[in-house]
Amino acid sequence: MSDKEMRAVFAETLIELASKDKNIVLLEADLAKSSGTLSFKKQFPDRLFDVGVAEANMVGISAGLSVTGKIPIASTFACFASRRAYDQFFISCNYAKLNVKLVGSDPGVTAAFNGGTHMPFEDIALMRVIPDLIVFEPCDTVSLKKLLLQSINHKGCTYMRLHRKSTPVIYNENQDFELGKGVVLKEGKDVTIVTCGAICVNEALKAAQSLEKEGITPTIIDMHTIKPIDKQLLVKFAKKSKLIVTFENHQIINGLGSAVTEVLSYEYPIKVVRVGVEDMFGEVGTVDYLKKRFGICAENLAEKIKQNYR
Amino acid sequence: MELARENELKLVAKDIRKKVIEMIGYLGVGHIGGSMSIVEVLTILYYKYLNIDPENPLKEDRDLFVLSKGHSGPALYATLASKGFFPEDWLKTLNQGGTRLPSHVDRNKTPGVDMTAGSLGQGLSAAVGMALGSRLSNINNRVYCIIGDGESNEGQIWEAAMAAAQFKLSNLIVFTDYNKMQIDGYLHEIMNIEDITSKWLSFGWYVQRINGHCFQSLDFAIERALNEKCRPSMIILDTIKGKGFSPGEGKVDSHNMTFDIKVAEKAIEDLERIQ
Repeated sequence: MSDKEMRAVFAETLIELASKDKNIVLLEADLAKSSGTLSFKKQFPDRLFDVGVAEANMVGISAGLSVTGKIPIASTFACFASRRAYDQFFISCNYAKLNVKLVGSDPGVTAAFNGGTHMPFEDIALMRVIPDLIVFEPCDTVSLKKLLLQSINHKGCTYMRLHRKSTPVIYNENQDFELGKGVVLKEGKDVTIVTCGAICVNEALKAAQSLEKEGITPTIIDMHTIKPIDKQLLVKFAKKSKLIVTFENHQIINGLGSAVTEVLSYEYPIKVVRVGVEDMFGEVGTVDYLKKRFGICAENLAEKIKQNYR
Repeated sequence: MELARENELKLVAKDIRKKVIEMIGYLGVGHIGGSMSIVEVLTILYYKYLNIDPENPLKEDRDLFVLSKGHSGPALYATLASKGFFPEDWLKTLNQGGTRLPSHVDRNKTPGVDMTAGSLGQGLSAAVGMALGSRLSNINNRVYCIIGDGESNEGQIWEAAMAAAQFKLSNLIVFTDYNKMQIDGYLHEIMNIEDITSKWLSFGWYVQRINGHCFQSLDFAIERALNEKCRPSMIILDTIKGKGFSPGEGKVDSHNMTFDIKVAEKAIEDLERIQ
């Protein structure tokens, strides 16, 4: 399978679901072109509501649509989905126990040339503290399609962090996914890397290759669902490992790494090293530049593992 | 509207006011001001216009109602109780731990409440979503919403205003409770929203401005709004904050007042004396 753009698969999947379920509606805030959902509009012109540059209103309208039995999918950049529309998502959607699927695209360094204003290093942190919310980030088109389907079938709010552009396909089509259950991508020994999302999963795989040359064979877990996190899997691998390393395209404060330490500090205390953005704002640059700038790269991950292992 | 019907509604409104004073007096503190100013509009909606069924609060083709100024919950609770959505003795549980009647309206707690509100500015967006959803499902209903004048300081109100006009939501009828006061003072001193009529007109709405305590005016305005075919409706209600609650009527401090059951009883006596 060729490396399709994630947004193309996002739109295709929604079209497929919407043809079967007339309650599915899509909302955009003047980013339908970027989200790749114009194809949805073509197919279902009366079921895509573009509210203009007004993310808070988009999320509030989604709540109202949900009251009437619709299943609204509200899509925008992750920075706006989280920071801009937070109270609307918190109160009108989650506190009101409605059924809104919020999608935030361009996570972390993938905001690239849009720079610091658009670079969400904190959306997982914000979303993770909303009670009952499911927070997840697929890493390729296969996991995107399957997890998106599950999130839409789930009765309640979800937040999906979506890598928008093309990214290598990691999984084969038969791979099963379940929200809340991590996937062991590669089993090694002594070191376990817990990660998620397109950028980090791919960098972790690269880091593993270089570490193997030096005799360290890490396990890699794709923890696509950050909340609720797969406690059982974490404890299972903590017991087998000397070191747990978390790796995320996000602040290390209250992100995936924090979620992991919250579990392990109580369930099975073990050294956990969190690799990610260290309390910094984003900035402009190519994705490759930004990966290095913020340490979201194989080199930094491998280095941190070497420093802390043994 | 016939005189007999008007008199009937006036009696209902008086009873709702009494219940609001009682429930807040029983607790000792509450949002009396903005509750009392919307009693007539709630009365005419629930006793004349809304297609609802207290026995089946979630019936699918019902008219939907959003109290976007969610802190005026007591007025809605008194109205819903008098319509039989829940037993009247619930009113004495306002804001007590474990209550089904919280200060700000909550769709998961109170039968007959369609939307959770209280973080101001959000209810109107939800009402827009409900109007879109109803239209998409070909349900021939209306979505009604009450927003506050202070609430209209929120930018989200105007985002929703643009969207409702853009989507031509003629099934959406919104009221502004224009009592001209917000927590910190008069609107014109804190954040002026005049010319409120021109603002809504310029956003593409069908706008009427009436005396919000007059049933005849409310009746005419709602009828006209129901006949509007392509624009959302805004009915601006000139109202008096704390209307009918003698210790607080027309006072800025009536927004959230502390008073005991003795003051409440005296206020109810005053209310009974009004024709």
